Amino acid sequence: MMLAWRMAAVLSILVIGVPACRSSRAQLLAADQSQVRLRSIQTRVFDTTDKRTTLRTIMATLQDLGFVIDDADDVLGTVSATKLDRYRMRMTVSVRPRGETQMLVRANAQYNLRAVEDPEPYQQFFDALSKAMFLAAHDVD
Amino acid sequence: MLSVCVALTIPSLGGCAARIPKGALAMRPQTLEFRQRSTRRFITSDESRILAASAGLLQDLGFTIDGSESDVGLIVASKDRPAVEGGQVAAKIAFAVLFRANIPIDRNQKLRVSVVTRPVGNEVAVRVTFQRIVWNDRGQISLLEQLDDPEMYQEFFDKLSKAVFLEAHKI
Repeated sequence: MMLAWRMAAVLSILVIGVPACRSSRAQLLAADQSQVRLRSIQTRVFDTTDKRTTLRTIMATLQDLGFVIDDADDVLGTVSATKLDRYRMRMTVSVRPRGETQMLVRANAQYNLRAVEDPEPYQQFFDALSKAMFLAAHDVD
Repeated sequence: MLSVCVALTIPSLGGCAARIPKGALAMRPQTLEFRQRSTRRFITSDESRILAASAGLLQDLGFTIDGSESDVGLIVASKDRPAVEGGQVAAKIAFAVLFRANIPIDRNQKLRVSVVTRPVGNEVAVRVTFQRIVWNDRGQISLLEQLDDPEMYQEFFDKLSKAVFLEAHKI
């Protein structure tokens, strides 16, 4: 009787647990949210044409927030950085021109093993960046 | 029994949805103080000279350079070192003797640093940030932390001042 209960226990874990976790390979191209919503959460526009200064200001802001910069590329306009504070947070911020007068800044972050898709941390990041830029951050239309 | 199984299963699935700590990407009241502590200005317009001196200093301190992008004033470096501390070893021995328990203690660490320079008027501002990852003797990560001890920054910049001087005199 006890054995039957144990079998049932194992089966129930398999039945409940297995379908919830797809093959871990599927993570490669997985996105938990719609692409459009994610982009609008992670992107802001600044009224400047100076890519290099924007990049340097992003690096300064990341350092203010306790990140160590991992990598930066002036040509591609990307900065990656890691924050360690009993958790591991990685962030990549990219800058590219938008039209003749603006720069598009996109940030994406992962917290431990999860993508950050909550709007609030991005809002906080862009608030900090916008103070450091002395420019307002506009939402993308 | 079944309810026990379900109770065990639900948290293990729900555990994936851990939220990031509030304010992880927000400025804090102590941000300004931290910025001041981790920044020094040098009176020069030659940013590349300061970067070269920083790279030289990092090598003096045993770091290997992982990457650099001089166009935006960045050097990234790291070093792997032991993280064994006497107190932990003593505790491990005491636990083994008293309770026959094998408690994990810190063994290795990776120390990471990024140096970022920025021209400000006729000066160059240098900002450095340190962090480390510590592994225990079971190979698990036991600590992830930013190093923000003011004395570390003071010592780093004292050494950088010397390195800039040496660089200026081609030593």
